[in-house]
Amino acid sequence: MREQFYFAFRNRKVVGGLSVILGLLVLGLVAPLFADYGPNEYVGPPAAPPSGEFLFGTTTFGQDVFLQFTTGLRSTFLVGVLGGGIAALIGMTIGFVAGYRGGLLDEVLNMLTNVVLVLPALAVLIILHAYLGIKSIPAQALFIGAFSWPWVARAVRAQTLSLRSREFVDLARLSGMGTMRIIRREIAPNMSSYLLLTFILLFGGAVLFAATLDFIGLGPTESVSLGLMMNNAVHWSALHLGLWWWFVPPGLGITAIVGALYVTNVGLDEVFNPRLREM
Amino acid sequence: MHRYFGRKTLIYLLTFIVAVTLNWLIPRFMPGDPVLRMLTRTSVSNPEAIAPMREYYERVFGLDVPLWQQYVNYWVQLLKGNMGVSVWLFPTPVTEVITRAVPYTLALLIPAILLSWIAGNKVGALAARRKWLDNTVLPVGYVLTATPYMWLGILLAWSLGIVGGIFPVAGGYSFELRPEWSLAFVGNLFSHWFLPFLSLFLVAFGGWAIGMRNLIIYELEADYANYLETLGAPRSLIRRYAFRNALLPQLTGLALQLGVLVAGALVTEIVFAYPGLGYLILSAIQNQDFFLLQGTFLFVVIGVLLANFVIDVIYVIVDPRVRVGMQGAS
Repeated sequence: MREQFYFAFRNRKVVGGLSVILGLLVLGLVAPLFADYGPNEYVGPPAAPPSGEFLFGTTTFGQDVFLQFTTGLRSTFLVGVLGGGIAALIGMTIGFVAGYRGGLLDEVLNMLTNVVLVLPALAVLIILHAYLGIKSIPAQALFIGAFSWPWVARAVRAQTLSLRSREFVDLARLSGMGTMRIIRREIAPNMSSYLLLTFILLFGGAVLFAATLDFIGLGPTESVSLGLMMNNAVHWSALHLGLWWWFVPPGLGITAIVGALYVTNVGLDEVFNPRLREM
Repeated sequence: MHRYFGRKTLIYLLTFIVAVTLNWLIPRFMPGDPVLRMLTRTSVSNPEAIAPMREYYERVFGLDVPLWQQYVNYWVQLLKGNMGVSVWLFPTPVTEVITRAVPYTLALLIPAILLSWIAGNKVGALAARRKWLDNTVLPVGYVLTATPYMWLGILLAWSLGIVGGIFPVAGGYSFELRPEWSLAFVGNLFSHWFLPFLSLFLVAFGGWAIGMRNLIIYELEADYANYLETLGAPRSLIRRYAFRNALLPQLTGLALQLGVLVAGALVTEIVFAYPGLGYLILSAIQNQDFFLLQGTFLFVVIGVLLANFVIDVIYVIVDPRVRVGMQGAS
């Protein structure tokens, strides 16, 4: 563990990626605290370019783009952590159980995984959102998580299959440990690094899903998000009016977060996997 | 051969059934009275129209029979090709609205997927183990693959369309033209097609390039590559073998990415108001046209399943191991 921290802090990809993520997280958490008005309030001159007073300028209605951006960062992180977490939980549970138990249960779970895998997730999410009218970010994250787990289940199942027949698992079984306990204590720790990497990728995926849904106008109605900012910018013809400060920051924020997550992922892979390290 | 395709077909058939069932189920789980919600939106001007419309909707949804029969009826109508009537473009049938939009989406998707896959693989293979090229391809690839499709579309529309004035930024063709097979019209069609295509292409390209680069590095470390090297085989030959081996996982990746690519095409069309399925989805949502929305959803699912099947067939053709395994040899 200490050795891995040592290599993690010397890995430029991990350090760079994590600093971008943490920097944006802190910005999202702190910056909105200093504003004494809401992100949707009309506070400034309409369509003003970036200035000292309004760092990212204002929208056609005079809303503060910087405040919307930083508030949107909060939603982005929330939906990423929750959506990625839920997907990881479902995928790992199904993968572990299917791989460890085997037999008919494995067949059924495998079929379920394959079906959800080929089902185009965004199309399902659009239908669900359109009918049910999502109001909060956790609800959105729940739906995103519920449809983005299959590849995790597949990979975890394959790894569990290979671990299942190892001696230490046999020993645990002989000593009378229960299935759940064996999975938790013996199998999961042996692939913990892989599970962490999986969560990071799911995090990024959930962020992109949420941004897409928000952009179509199906996102949570009660909050500000980066995707919704882009939706508004396009809807109120920011492109034709040349208000680039309205639509560049939200997309840049998403790209930075997701890109940093991917780079961190590659860096951590090098940390956990010594064979990749010397490159 | 039969076992492999039998299993795949079973999965796709199951998926289709799940999709249809979801499509049938979701409106029935919608909070409140869906018929009333539709009525309050559509007819306000004429109070006398409410009663017949209510009756019409109840009959269309088939809400007056038991639940299992509603489900059976839904399938029967679907298999007859009847997906209801569009509210937005009343009284055009949903199937007709969709078939008019499908060519635009396919014209965007198929070239974008094929070209980005081919170009991404070539560039990724070139970049592997070549320091200076790798140092540019890798960061660019990561940025591109992390970019939301709609944002790249917005940036391209703004920079090349509005500021640069090189390409039009909305629609499938100019409004003053009529669809015909003339040079002017085809050129116009192409200029409207180019930017949405480019943004789809670029995002997908980044992912393929990174994937190929990583796979090639992995392959070049494999035993057969080392063996060839000790035999004194030229580098280009080893790389060619590595490339062919790395293509197989990339093909699997293509099958896994299909849903994401289709989703990307849908939002890109929304940015450019391109008259394909994505634009239909947006219009359906804005006009609360649920029949159209559900019809489009089923079309997208069927398209993705067909594409998956095509990739399965290609996989059998390119991978000799799968073929040999099927003929019973071990």
